[in-house]
Amino acid sequence: MSNEEKNTVIDDQIKVLTPKDLASDQDVRWCPGCGDYSMLSQLQRTLPEVGVKKEDIAVVAGIGCSSRFPYYMSTYGFHGIHGRALAIASGLKVSHPNLTVWVATGDGDCLSIGGNHFIHALRRNVDINVMMFNNQIYALTKGQYSPTSLHGQKTKTSPTGVIDHPFNPMLIGLGAEGTFVARSMDRDPKHLKEMMLAMYYHKGTSFIDVLQNCVIFNDGAFDVYTNKETRDDNVIYLEHGKPLVFGKNRDKGIRLDGFRTQVVSLNDYSESDLIVHDTKSKELAFILAHMNDQPGFPLPVGIFLDIERSTYEDELEQHVQSAIEKKGAGTMRSLLYDGQTWDIDNGSN
Amino acid sequence: MATTVETADGRKTKSVQFVEVDDVTIRFAGDSGDGMQLTGTQFTSTTAQVGNDLSTFPDYPSEIRAPSGTLYGVSGFQIHFSSRAIHTPGDRFDTLVAMNPAALKVNLKALHEGGSILVNTDSFDAKNLKLAKYDVSPLDDDTLRGYNVYPVPITTLTAKALEETGLSPKEMARSKNFFALGLLYWMYNRPLEATLAWIQEKFGKKPMVAKANELALKAGYSFGNITEVFSVQYNVRPAKLPAGTYRNVTGNEATALGMVAASVKSGLPGFLGSYPITPATEILQELSRRKNFGFKTFQAEDEIAGVCTAIGAAFGGSLAYTTTSGPGMALKTEAIGLALMVELPLVIINVQRGGPSTGLPTKPEQSDLFQAVMGRNGEAPVPVIAACSPAGCFYGAYEASRIALKYMTPVILLTDGYLANGSEPWLLPDESELADISVPFASNPETFKPYERDDHLSRPWAVPGMAGFEHRIGGLEKQHITGNVSHDPMNHQVMVEMRAKKIAGIADDIDDQTVFGPAEGDLAIVGWGGSYGAIRTAVERLQEENKSVAHIHVRHLNPFPKNLGEMLRRYKQLLIPELNLGQLAFLLRATYLVEPITFNKVQGLPFTPSEIEQKANEILNTL
Ligand SMILES: Cc1ncc(C[n+]2csc(CCOP(=O)(O)OP(=O)(O)O)c2C)c(N)n1
Ligand code: SF4
Ligand SMILES: [Mg+2]
Repeated sequence: MSNEEKNTVIDDQIKVLTPKDLASDQDVRWCPGCGDYSMLSQLQRTLPEVGVKKEDIAVVAGIGCSSRFPYYMSTYGFHGIHGRALAIASGLKVSHPNLTVWVATGDGDCLSIGGNHFIHALRRNVDINVMMFNNQIYALTKGQYSPTSLHGQKTKTSPTGVIDHPFNPMLIGLGAEGTFVARSMDRDPKHLKEMMLAMYYHKGTSFIDVLQNCVIFNDGAFDVYTNKETRDDNVIYLEHGKPLVFGKNRDKGIRLDGFRTQVVSLNDYSESDLIVHDTKSKELAFILAHMNDQPGFPLPVGIFLDIERSTYEDELEQHVQSAIEKKGAGTMRSLLYDGQTWDIDNGSN
Repeated sequence: MATTVETADGRKTKSVQFVEVDDVTIRFAGDSGDGMQLTGTQFTSTTAQVGNDLSTFPDYPSEIRAPSGTLYGVSGFQIHFSSRAIHTPGDRFDTLVAMNPAALKVNLKALHEGGSILVNTDSFDAKNLKLAKYDVSPLDDDTLRGYNVYPVPITTLTAKALEETGLSPKEMARSKNFFALGLLYWMYNRPLEATLAWIQEKFGKKPMVAKANELALKAGYSFGNITEVFSVQYNVRPAKLPAGTYRNVTGNEATALGMVAASVKSGLPGFLGSYPITPATEILQELSRRKNFGFKTFQAEDEIAGVCTAIGAAFGGSLAYTTTSGPGMALKTEAIGLALMVELPLVIINVQRGGPSTGLPTKPEQSDLFQAVMGRNGEAPVPVIAACSPAGCFYGAYEASRIALKYMTPVILLTDGYLANGSEPWLLPDESELADISVPFASNPETFKPYERDDHLSRPWAVPGMAGFEHRIGGLEKQHITGNVSHDPMNHQVMVEMRAKKIAGIADDIDDQTVFGPAEGDLAIVGWGGSYGAIRTAVERLQEENKSVAHIHVRHLNPFPKNLGEMLRRYKQLLIPELNLGQLAFLLRATYLVEPITFNKVQGLPFTPSEIEQKANEILNTL
């Protein structure tokens, strides 16, 4: 279904939801100042806009601070077990394709214990929306390093610094053949909501890595990207069809030098020399995902890739339909009497 | 009775003797690449249609193509068929088909004295003899003295029969199992039609292969007819089975059928989340080709995803299943706990194999009973059912589904590799004979509370898409009735006891334990699962000798049937044979304070009736 079609499916009869209607009666128990609040309120704002019915929404989560998310939504919700949110959500969506399924998962939940389910969900392209709350820490268990913690980061289990090399979530998303891969930040609610809308309209697995501040165990981890003083020089917003410009004075840009990215001053170059973002280009997505591996480059935020591929549940549904066309809808009799049968008469044998 | 038939050259005549027998066991054995499973399966279909009762057991190596000619690469298929009702694939066999020296060596010890051996002499060359560790060909010394040996150059004769096809010698050799099958059809007086039809169906798209197999099959049959070596044809009359329509099923097929039947009966879409593992894989395969029932299969990335996708599907209103074997069961443990906490219907099927760890993947064992009954963190009761025959797997899967839905709980069904791959004729049930399946869907959004309970303590099932029933569930402890997260101490006590009581209450909803034989007496042999056939055969033999022996076969292992404890006390002694170190015995001892005698076999092999008979006699002699 195209975006437009999806929009027109809104039933005039249904009550128009407000963000408040999507809040459950349970007290939200995150720490004051926790970045998780931002995701909750943006999802509660996004869903009424797309006009989906409340009963058709399901939020699935694993275990972690962020995974408490479903309890705070008044929709259907499933708080699963650590790492398995994507498997539960896949089963739900595949078996019940007309639901709108959102997944709330942490960097540990999604990339460590649940890493296998994550990559397989992406390659299957089940139409679910995955929000990864990336605080670069295991928060619920009180501060151990996670697969996105930085090299050298001091945590309770790495008092002398993390030795592991961190995952780059964008690269895993792309490497696992994700069809929608994006990044946003808890401190930029407007952008976050834009991303959630795009995720909703994307048909297939949508994955977003949201940089989320944990005020207790990793406070300030993303400060340079979020505080007013530094953010403009350290973040670049990706917009389809637009040149890659950034900087407080919008005087810097990214151009390609061979296969390498280069930060250039717009005093020396013109906008036409810069990379024009293309969310349909896998090649560019990989280049941009790697870009800030090197110092001096801004962190790309926005949609890296947004391409179309048939979804798992649609293809499965087609297989079911064509089996019914070919063999007829199964009945108890056709089930039991299928294959070679023989009769034995009363007593005569 | 003897008839006279013309021989090949049309001049000589030979006399064939017809011998009526009641009961025959044949073992087909060869290299894993020799097609013995296929040969056995075809002989089975034909035999079923002739109307014999039968029981089969395939025995194959876990390597896909073990090096050819080796002892460990031997693949076997055993069929026991009879004019009477039988329960096992037979301890020993009357006829051995040995396609190579290794097959002969591995199987000779289980051949009855005086039994018949059909050997493919073409494969008895120096290389194969060496691989089978024979210094001298057993066809040339007195290894086979006392047996009826039929040496037949099967490969050569097959090639001769296929001359006109223009196939290469290697291609021709592939049809040699059909030659052997044809010959066996002649020896046991079975018709070729069913196999001919099957060849057309299976190889219709490859006419050359179909033709070759057909020619080989017919050549084997006429070889029996015309050569002097074969002078006896055996006849096994149809068994007096209850009237009705039958089909032959393996345990895994029957399990798959039971799952679909429950989906059809309940009106719920079926969903299977699974990861391939021997010996459970065929269930996933069977179901993946039954999509016209709206039954969806999902081959997950691992067993955890298998069970978790099923839990997601159950949340979404499907009748959900996950299938696996022991090692996969271990991986699913945490998620089974989640399913029982969120009280969603889910059926977990464990086709047991030899353990622990990777263990003996292709060999049967009953050693996952503790795992099923107790293997979870926390107080986590789960109903456990065990199937006891290949066809019984249908009813096991069906009953497990009924209980899962009615009680909103995960249910574990235990089968094993012996049942999964073994087959028997199955008297097809009428739809009306299948128990009703009730589904506790929530009905009133005004009064809906996710953890309110009905009279058998089940909570209502509200599925996404149902307006007004939106609610949240999860693995954290739930508050009684509201289902909100609760850490309240007294609430936890209430909920733990509630879940225990709900499962214990299922005892009121299952059939009473039945007994075969005297209601009280000297000895009751108590079993569960796949050892049913061996125990029943042993008990029948003992009863024929007027011994006071009963057979109690327990299908519901948690909760136990209400009358079981009282029943067990009516015998002077209890004997519990198990393919483990006494797991059912442990549970019965703990539950009923009985003192059974255990009989434990852990060799990756099923019990034979004689073993059990002998053990029972030892006990009876001390009474
Ligand atoms: C099987 C299992 N292992 C470990 C845990 C303990 N545990 C709970 S949450 C968590 C990590 C949470 O980190 P993350 O997913 O990043 O979520 P956050 O709390 O940071 O939002 C761990 C290790 C568990 N609940 N279950
Ligand atoms: S510990 Fe950190 S992630 Fe968890 S609720 Fe508090 S601030 Fe949020
Ligand atoms: Mg985290």
